[in-house]
Amino acid sequence: MYDTNYHKPSSVADAVSALSGAEDGKVLAGGQTLLPTMKQHLAAPSDLVDIRAIPGMVGVDDDGDALTIGAATTHAEVAADPTVNAKLPGLAKLAGGIGDPAVRHMGTIGGSVANNDPAADYPAAVLGLGATVITSKREIAADDFFEGMFTTALEDDEIITAIRFPLASKAAYAKFPNPASRYAMAGVFVAESGGSVRVAVTGAGADGVFRHEGMENALSGQFSESALDYTDVDAGDMLSDLHGDGAYRANLVKVMAKRAVAKAG
Amino acid sequence: MTTITVSVNGKAVTRDISDNTLLSDFLREDLRLTGTHVGCDTSQCGACVVHVDGTAVKSCTALAVSLDGANVTTVEGVSTGGDLHPMQRAFNDNHGLQCGFCTPGMIMAGIDIVNRYQAEGKTLTEDAIRAELEGNICRCTGYHNIVRSIEDAAAEMAGMSKAAE
Ligand SMILES: Cc1cc2nc3c(=O)[nH]c(=O)nc-3n(C[C@H](O)[C@H](O)[C@H](O)COP(=O)(O)OP(=O)(O)OC[C@H]3O[C@@H](n4cnc5c(N)ncnc54)[C@H](O)[C@@H]3O)c2cc1C
Ligand code: FES
Ligand code: FES
Repeated sequence: MYDTNYHKPSSVADAVSALSGAEDGKVLAGGQTLLPTMKQHLAAPSDLVDIRAIPGMVGVDDDGDALTIGAATTHAEVAADPTVNAKLPGLAKLAGGIGDPAVRHMGTIGGSVANNDPAADYPAAVLGLGATVITSKREIAADDFFEGMFTTALEDDEIITAIRFPLASKAAYAKFPNPASRYAMAGVFVAESGGSVRVAVTGAGADGVFRHEGMENALSGQFSESALDYTDVDAGDMLSDLHGDGAYRANLVKVMAKRAVAKAG
Repeated sequence: MTTITVSVNGKAVTRDISDNTLLSDFLREDLRLTGTHVGCDTSQCGACVVHVDGTAVKSCTALAVSLDGANVTTVEGVSTGGDLHPMQRAFNDNHGLQCGFCTPGMIMAGIDIVNRYQAEGKTLTEDAIRAELEGNICRCTGYHNIVRSIEDAAAEMAGMSKAAE
């Protein structure tokens, strides 16, 4: 790994100025993606700005209509949080299914969402629940946040501080993990609230996480597995790689969507 | 260079390190605690697992500089006096290792698993142990005896925490 300068600011304002003052600064959260990338020399930030010591970056806040989760909250903390388990159990289960225990002890929700890996789990929940990404500058609706594989609406010196998830009457996630990496080969998050349904797919799309309109319409009509029987997932829109071709992933998406609907009840 | 003070196996150590030093390198190179193994260096195998403030993390995927003030426990720090930790003893008794390369990580992960399940009052089934070992790879044993070792140690650790109450 190339040399770098480490900063541990104690406020968002200091973190932002450390980032904008650096030649090529990067936010460091759990480091579970960034450090492996740096070790492979795929990233060589001049400065690392660790946001984990900033007060208010960790924890879950419940205002009755939505849960706001601090950006540096780890996957293990979300998975074990009593409020998340009571109000959005599908989200707690998703967090508990990321990687392995040691990764969950370090990896954070903000890091996962900022990274927008096409096979990551959290982006499906953020898009599926219609969450809002809260940053050092503004609030960004999930529909405007994800801009394709590893690309988001975030600017260079913009830091995610929290994610606000509106509560849903039904919400669940089902993923088919790659047996080696545990990342999603296909993961589907379904959420129903006030009669309208959102379906977000990760792991499978050729351009990262996306919503599936056909399945949303079918499930808005009738929230049941069989409602999905006659929906089409276009194999041409799917990722095709050594782990699975487009047709295989298209089928997996439908199967995962049905499992998510069954879990959501 | 940054000066950090970390408690390692209960002893405070202060060192000047470069900011890109991985915790695994800090332990092995700076402190000569070579019990922590580096198997893959790509965050996948778990041979490098240590405890930071009581939870299992991959030391090859943490920066030492970020751990100023933290408590780190390595496999060298789990025995008391001359007595092996119940997890170490169980690996010995159940033939839970062959070449032993993965073992330090398995022991540290195993202790973390048992501690978490006992703290939450959950039963640790064989299936749960296998799922919890997702991030620890062993090329030799086929896992069976590792799972048995952790089951055995869990029973003994439950007895220990009851006796301590
Ligand atoms: C073995 C292994 C298995 C894994 N399996 C899975 C899996 O099954 N599913 C899954 O979804 N993920 C998986 N991951 C990835 C894991 O969830 C990471 O924790 C996550 O992708 C990144 O979070 P982090 O906190 O570690 O971020 P970091 O690695 O610290 O940062 C990642 C990127 O996000 C940026 N960043 C971080 N925080 C912020 C912020 N608050 N604001 C702006 N930018 C920010 C960083 O600059 C960097 O570019 C796995 C990782 C490993 C090592
Ligand atoms: S050496 Fe750290 S996970 Fe393999
Ligand atoms: S005993 Fe050889 S790798 Fe596990």
